Amino acid sequence: MKDIKFYKVVVFINSLVPLALMAWDWYQGKLGANPVEFLTRTTGMLTLVFLFISLAVTPLRKLTSIHWLIQFRRMLGLYAFFYGFLHLLTYVWFDRSFNLRSAVADISARPFIAVGMLGFFLMVPLAITSTKGWIKRMGGKRWARLHKLVYVAAVAGVVHFWMLVKSDTRLPLRFAFVLAVLLGSRLFINQMRQKTPPRTLIPRPGGEVKP
Amino acid sequence: MLIKKPEDIKSSEITPKKLYVTRRAFLRGAGLLATTAATGFLYRQLNAIPEPRVEGEKFVGVIKPDPAQAASSGYPVNEKPTPFEDITGYNNFYEFTTDKGDVAKVAAGFVSRPWTVAVEGLVNRPKVFDLDDLLKLAPLEERVYRMRCVEGWSMVIPWVGFPLNKLLSAVEPNSSARFVQFETLYDPRRMPGQNTGVLDWPYVEGLRLDEALHPLTILAAGLYGERLPPQNGAPLRLVVPWKYGFKGIKAIVKIRLVRDQPATTWSAAAPREYGFYSNVNPDVSHPRWSQARETRIGEYGRRDTLLFNGYAEQVGHLYAGMDLRANF
Repeated sequence: MKDIKFYKVVVFINSLVPLALMAWDWYQGKLGANPVEFLTRTTGMLTLVFLFISLAVTPLRKLTSIHWLIQFRRMLGLYAFFYGFLHLLTYVWFDRSFNLRSAVADISARPFIAVGMLGFFLMVPLAITSTKGWIKRMGGKRWARLHKLVYVAAVAGVVHFWMLVKSDTRLPLRFAFVLAVLLGSRLFINQMRQKTPPRTLIPRPGGEVKP
Repeated sequence: MLIKKPEDIKSSEITPKKLYVTRRAFLRGAGLLATTAATGFLYRQLNAIPEPRVEGEKFVGVIKPDPAQAASSGYPVNEKPTPFEDITGYNNFYEFTTDKGDVAKVAAGFVSRPWTVAVEGLVNRPKVFDLDDLLKLAPLEERVYRMRCVEGWSMVIPWVGFPLNKLLSAVEPNSSARFVQFETLYDPRRMPGQNTGVLDWPYVEGLRLDEALHPLTILAAGLYGERLPPQNGAPLRLVVPWKYGFKGIKAIVKIRLVRDQPATTWSAAAPREYGFYSNVNPDVSHPRWSQARETRIGEYGRRDTLLFNGYAEQVGHLYAGMDLRANF
């Protein structure tokens, strides 16, 4: 795809739209009665949404053979990390007033926070090693194995969401369903693979994907 | 012999490079704008901006409490009242929707007149009250109370209502009555949330008789001097300021005096998490989160939650000698 650079710009800008609108609404004082809760909830959802979109890349690519889709995966994953960071920031800032000791105490008092933290901190090494240099340094196979942690992070994110609702679990259930489809499709595709000659798909330092 | 293949496109018809490049740039710009607008639109669909307020019907002759007696009576609370827009735009009322920011919109068309409230059970004079008659049982007063939600946020609300004990004395509970049970309207056509299985409907709540008779416990029909909007529990709701907000049952149609501790919706839904008493208590955590602090709506940061929501002096004696951890 010749135009991939432009498409990357499109994805990059679009991924910033929710943040821009949130900031605008905040500036206008239109985040509703509980702005902190709104910011926390929305950045949390955006983290899951971007995790899911990045997790959709591989199954989509394998099912459709549109291999250049992988070019967007790093950016989408980094956006998930970015919104996850903002989510954590709203908690540490407003809920804990940057008092890290009280945050540590709170983790034991509120297990859903511990689960959310786990999800976030699992994304840290993935974000750090997302560069081409790190793929080269680690070697594709080891890199790919490390990045399987994203499955754990996504499950932790959904469980975290599930644990905090009072009784209406419909929305977390929907997230859980989508995640199940995303992870299940991998098993399914691998099953299909085993019947045909195996091939591995690993992003190369050059950014090209070679089957 | 050289056979020259004619060109498919005449050179005169080939777009000049400069024009081609600008057209491409234009298309790209348009594409970028269109997708950005679409993403923005999607975000707006999911996070609608609240609609402007609708002026409600004002009550006349509401008695204003004397701030000088606040220290003993517990009201009016000497804290800044939460803005009307926030009180009416951020609600837990699962009969309409579980989205706090959306209740006002979903409940907007809810008609609560005519309305009757049946008061029955272990009383000498059971009666089905028409709402207008019920509101004449006692003078309407303004009560500025704190409201602490079990979710960890709080407001200061100027309610309009009168003590529940005025209604109870009108029906004369008999000597075997020990608890009061309350019931919300069940009408899934008017309350769409009741079509879901999120909770068992109708919503029921309960108080011990001495809690119900306490002068702080009121039946509220309004806030900020106006009739209650649907999202806040029109036309009549319970307000028990030292308990978590969910004890304040809304859109009441039935009040029954009973002998045994009645079932309550939230403790039936999650017995480990919500007890019958549900008194505000910073030292008794919800199993999934601490109750030590709260977000006051309109403030950033958190403030300390007070025992019995700051009404310990008025209601502490009701629970003397009781294990508040066991009776959460």
